[in-house]
Parts: sequence; C-alpha cells; structure tokens
Amino acid sequence: MVGKTKRWKLGLAQREELWGFAFVGLWIIGFFLWTAIPMTASLVFSFTNLNPIHPDQTRFVGLANYMLLFNDLQVRDATWITLRFALISVPLSIVVPLAIAVLVNSKYLIGKNIFRTLFYMPYLIPVVVGVMVWQGILNSESGWLNRIIEAIFGIKGPRWFQDEFWVLPALTIMGFWGIGNTMLTLLAGLQNVPTEMYEAAEVDGAGPVYTFFRITLPMISPVIFYNLTIALICAFQYFTQAYIIGNGRGDPNGQTTFYNIYLYKTAFAFQDMGYGSTLAWAMFIVVLILTVILFKTQSRWVYYGGGED
Amino acid sequence: MLIALGAVIAFLMPLGYMGTTAFKTIQQIIDPHSVLLPSSPMTYNYQGKDYTLYQVPTEQGIRTLALVEPGREESGWIDPANPAAGIITWVGRWRTLEPVYEIRPTLDNFPRAWDQINFPRLFRNTLFISLSSTLGAVISSIFVAYGFARFRFRGKNTLFLLLMASIILPTQVTLIPQYIFFRSIGWGGTWLPLIVPHFFANAYNVFLLRQYFRGIPRDLDEAATIDGANPLRILFSVIIPQSWSALTAVSLFHFFWAWNDFFTPLVYLQGNPELYPISVGLTEFTNAFTTQPGLAMAAAMMTLALPAVLFFSAQRAFMQGIVITGVEK
Repeated sequence: MVGKTKRWKLGLAQREELWGFAFVGLWIIGFFLWTAIPMTASLVFSFTNLNPIHPDQTRFVGLANYMLLFNDLQVRDATWITLRFALISVPLSIVVPLAIAVLVNSKYLIGKNIFRTLFYMPYLIPVVVGVMVWQGILNSESGWLNRIIEAIFGIKGPRWFQDEFWVLPALTIMGFWGIGNTMLTLLAGLQNVPTEMYEAAEVDGAGPVYTFFRITLPMISPVIFYNLTIALICAFQYFTQAYIIGNGRGDPNGQTTFYNIYLYKTAFAFQDMGYGSTLAWAMFIVVLILTVILFKTQSRWVYYGGGED
Repeated sequence: MLIALGAVIAFLMPLGYMGTTAFKTIQQIIDPHSVLLPSSPMTYNYQGKDYTLYQVPTEQGIRTLALVEPGREESGWIDPANPAAGIITWVGRWRTLEPVYEIRPTLDNFPRAWDQINFPRLFRNTLFISLSSTLGAVISSIFVAYGFARFRFRGKNTLFLLLMASIILPTQVTLIPQYIFFRSIGWGGTWLPLIVPHFFANAYNVFLLRQYFRGIPRDLDEAATIDGANPLRILFSVIIPQSWSALTAVSLFHFFWAWNDFFTPLVYLQGNPELYPISVGLTEFTNAFTTQPGLAMAAAMMTLALPAVLFFSAQRAFMQGIVITGVEK
C-alpha cells in the first residue's frame, strides 16, 4: 500500500519534470542550434584561415590569427576608438538618465507621466531615423545646434561629423536619444526607495545632497549596476550609428572604425572568416573579463536590501 | 518644473527639427530667416510678375511695399493695398530692408522621398519580417517561460542561469558560423535567417514573462488540475488570459526591436535590395539625403509613423511591462 502511494508520487514528480522539459525544450534546442554549436564552431574557425571564396584552401593555422591580432595596427586603432568612446559614453549613459529620472520623479513636477513618456519616446525611434535627424541637427551649416552656438557665443560650431576630433562627441550626443529605457528602470528603482528613509533623513536634518548620495544612490545601486553592465556590453558592440555616420568606411579618416565595424568588414566585406572569428572571440573574452571585474566590484558599492538573491 | 520643461525641449528639439524641416524647400533650409518654421519671402503679383515685399520706413510709418524697380540709391515701389496709385519712389538702399516673411510649408518632400526610396516595398518587407519574428518570439517565449515558472525539473536553475548569461554574449561570437550555416542550407539572401531563430525563445522575453507568470496565484492552476486540466490547457485557459498586459509589452518590445534591427539584415540581405527592410533601405539613401535635409526628414517622419502610432495606442501596457522588467532585474 505504502509502496503504491510512493510510486504514484514519483510518477507525479516525473510527469511534472517531463512537462517542464517539454516546455523549456524549445529553448534548449535553440540554445544548442544558435548559441552552443556556433560558439564552438567560431572558436574552431579562429584557428583556421577559413575564407568562403576559397573553401578548398582552408586549413588550420595554429595561433597565427591570434598573433596577427596583437600586431594588427587597425585592431589597435579600432580598440582605442572603442575604448575612448566607452569612456565618454558609458558614464554619461548612466548619469544623464539618472538626472532625468530624479527630475521626473520630483514631487514638484506637474504632469509627470507626460514628461516620462516624452523622455522615453526617442528610445523607440528607429536608429536609422535617429541618425538622419541628428545629421540634420548637427549639420555644420543649416543644423540647429550650430546656429544656437553661433547665436549665443558668436562663434562657428564644429563640423561635427567631418571633424576627426568632434565625431566621437557627436556620436555621444546622439546616444542621449537612447536613454529612455535606462531612465525608466532607474525611475522604477527610485520609486522603490521606502519613503520612511527620506522622512527619517529629514528629521535628522540631512540636506537634499546628503540624502541623495547617502540614501538614494545606495538604494538604487542594484539598478545602476544592471544598467552599467548592459551599457558596457553595448559599448563594445556599438555598430549601427557609427556605420551610417562613417558611410561604412569609417569616415572621417577612420575615426569611426569601431572594433565591431572592423570585425564586420573583416568577416563580411573581405570574407576573412577565420580572422573574423578570432576578432569576435577576442571581443567576447574582453567583455567577459570586464563583466566579471564589474561583478567582483559589486560587493564594494552595490547594496542589496535584506533577503534579495 | 522649469528645469523639466527646458530639458524636455532640449531633448525633443531634434523632433521639432524633423517636423519643420520635412516641410521646407532647399532655399528655406539655407535661408537664415527661416530657421524655425518653413517660411519664404512674401511676394506680390503686379501686372503678371511676382515682386518681393519689404518693410519700408516712410513718413507714414513702416509700410509693406513690393519692390518693382530696384536701384542703388532709390527704388520704385508698389503699394499692394493701393496698386492704382502707381509707382512710389523711395530714397535709400533697399538691400538694408527686411523682407516680409510668410509661412509657406511645402508637401513636395513626402511624395519625392516616397518614390526615391520605394517606400511601399520597404514598408511591406519590414512589416512582414517584424510581424513574423514577433509572433515566433512571443509564442515560443510563452512556452519556455511557463516551463521555468511552474515546473520543477532537474537542472532548472542551471538552465535558467545559462539563459540569463546569454544576454551578455556578444552576437558576433555566434554570427560567423550561423552565417555559414544559413548560406550552406540555401537561406542566404532570404528572410528566413531573420525570422526562424526567433522561434526558439529569447532571454529577455522569457525573463519578463516568467516573472509575470510567477505572480499569478497557483490556486487557479491547482483548481484546474483537480478538474482534470493538463498543463497545456492550464496555460491557455488560466495563465494566458491573465497575462495580456505582459504579453502586449513583450510583443511590442520585440516588434520595435525587429522594426529597428539593422545589423542582421545588413549581414544576410546584402546585395538583395528588393528584400531590404526600412532600416537598411533608408541607409542606402542617407548619403544622397544629407544634401537634401528636407527629403531626409520627410523619409524619417514616414518611417516613424507606424512605431509612433503603436507606441501611443499601447502606451499603458508598454510602460507597465518596462517597469516590471526594470524592478525585477
């Protein structure tokens, strides 16, 4: 009798397990098809000179691609451009949305929802359209920004997209249009800070600056951490805007040849898929290391309220 | 309040630029008098010819007159209010006078951009790709999220961790083998590589839906189980009917993503312009458009129309969906 009940229970658990696998199975298949197998394959490719134009000449070249990677001046330039851009744009892609989130969360603001929607909206504008609009705004002659600069300061604004120095700042300015999502997640974080904490701080006579740095920031640090991780990953994969602005050639003078654009050119324009795979894996390893470092620093500055994870 | 207004104006300034430039002619874009609105110098038709109107200071105050006979030190003018009075002579340099501007938007940019980029075809392509990949992504993610939310099975936590880790994986690492694979099965130059992989669920959607499904009380499932419903039935009759807002949010997320995607079509459709979606198709013309901002902005506005309508009509569900992800991540 006891044995029978036990078997029945076991059957139930097994049946649950089967159902579970049946539902999740689709993703498991997808994971092997589109992630695990291609990843392994690209690792293997990175040790070959695979080029679909001459498939019969494909052979293992050992570490040759990796040696090339370290001596390739174009890789050096592309990495340097990518890093410089990341250094400017990653911090700004947290600070600016945070400022706006605080702004639209302010109790003095009337019509908060309208403001939130308006700040969010450009995030949904297709990147290609965004680039076109910004090309107009930043046009050195007829663009509004240079006209404003000329009206206020009486000097001519820079030739944003033609000047080697100004093209990265111009791309950073363009990036502000994509802050909608970060702003909303930060806003959700701000709204989760218990109001009692602010009240207690007020009773203790803490000013708004002190309150912001000692209460608000630590309380929303998990959301900041999440956004920082995503921003870092995105910075290394930066492609579309730079591709369009640089006309696919890295204009002006190679200053928009980001790492990912160099990778695309190597693999798809020159069909050098062996070296392309090496570039992809190098990027993956760098991103992975940076993410791990970021995760390690978590304990120093990210505050998880009681009981989370 | 003022800060917020200022910030929002600065933030949306490019949209204003787009909205007004789309209605400008080339002359209006270059003309510094016409920075904000599409305006041109006003003219007056006198005896079959158009003459520009100027603000002329006279003894009777400033009058609006049409310049008929321009001269260096004195010119002849016609008063549009009283043309029968004939030519009025005014001493002074007409070049120092301000022309009278009127707002005169042009609609020409829209049909011209429409024809130049073959907009209907781009629009149809994008719509088909986005809709089918959204359909696949949402349906598959519902199943997978349900599996993770409601069932216990071996290795579930490891699998879920793996799923979340796939978010940080750069697409470039898997791109080249995928490309070679799709080419070798004859899918190069078709839409299939842009659509089929989405039928296997993705981390963002699964995560959002799992969070949402877990919030639905289990009592309902249990009641249905006692009534003899199997898990598939429970999914369709209990879980899905309660998750419309999350499902809308996920669908829109994916739809917008697919609508905007540039990289994947660039890789797979290179050299097949008749298959291009808007993102790639438009870029082919941006170089031609930079010298004609009016056309570029008209094209931009047309591309924006559908996402904008979708966003505003489903705004509530959409914002809710984002907040769910935001808080939980």
